[in-house]
Amino acid sequence: MSDAKTAIDVNALLQAIPYARFLGITVDQRGNEITTVLHFSQRLIGNPVLPALHGGAIGAFLETTAVAQLAFEFAGAGNGKVVLPKPIGLTIDYLRSGKPVDTYGRAEITKQGRRVATVRAEAWQEDRSRPIAAAHGHFLLQVAEDAAAS
Amino acid sequence: MSDVDFSPEDLMTMKDVLIEHVPHAKAIGLKVEDVKLSEAWLSVAYSEQLIGNPETGVIHGGVITSLLDNACGIAVQLTLPGRMSIATLDLRIDYMKPATPKLDLMAHTHCYKVTKNIAFVRGTAYHTDEKDPIATCVGTFMLAANRAQPLPTTSKAATEAMKILAQKKGGDA
Repeated sequence: MSDAKTAIDVNALLQAIPYARFLGITVDQRGNEITTVLHFSQRLIGNPVLPALHGGAIGAFLETTAVAQLAFEFAGAGNGKVVLPKPIGLTIDYLRSGKPVDTYGRAEITKQGRRVATVRAEAWQEDRSRPIAAAHGHFLLQVAEDAAAS
Repeated sequence: MSDVDFSPEDLMTMKDVLIEHVPHAKAIGLKVEDVKLSEAWLSVAYSEQLIGNPETGVIHGGVITSLLDNACGIAVQLTLPGRMSIATLDLRIDYMKPATPKLDLMAHTHCYKVTKNIAFVRGTAYHTDEKDPIATCVGTFMLAANRAQPLPTTSKAATEAMKILAQKKGGDA
């Protein structure tokens, strides 16, 4: 192993989370970037008339996207053991109604402190320049030794 | 603020609308426990598929997002004089503590202000004691968000809606 970040399988990490599986979220991992995918299914619909995705499902997807990005960037920091960060707060802006198609997500860490990280996440469908929702949130980072102590 | 009030039939309709006609709410097991003018109480039962941390069994924060978002939407509908289409503009959620594994979740939301275009809502998620919150939220909703009809209020209308959806998705509904 070099001193470079240990590559981890973020998709495998997400598939271990029952709720991420339930929603149908996978990760497309290319080089040093990841894109999350929310695969459309009937159970994600909030308004069957439009039809539109449920705001809660979009929020959950953005939160998961942020968690995936944090796990991806912090892998290797705690001896390769990935401890899922805990959400402290999340603000979601709903920009457009979510169509009944697949949704993609990207997140970036805007500030990384010792205990808290600030993350921005964005979700889009056909056109990345027309996001359906954006979120920013704070996450409590738990390094492996802290988690073991708690 | 508003002088509208609801008959018991109206309130039952609201419960019906949520449970029967919102696929995502049904999928995660949302239930309307109680409603009154501008306020709603919803629950979601603990279930394995909602787990966010497989090591602890704690429910995913996203479940709380769905619960609060939907409960806020219902509180807005319970404030408006007539039924209209609404859309979440923004929702801020603060997580106070992790949910306790195996326990059901409850949310209480209150729509405390409605203007011509916007409704303001806040809410709390908890297990049994609202004074011991798991999460709190504040959100805004756009009124008359689009020209589409509001959610159907009868099962017939819902069936029609699902048919339309099935056609659009190539008939797999």
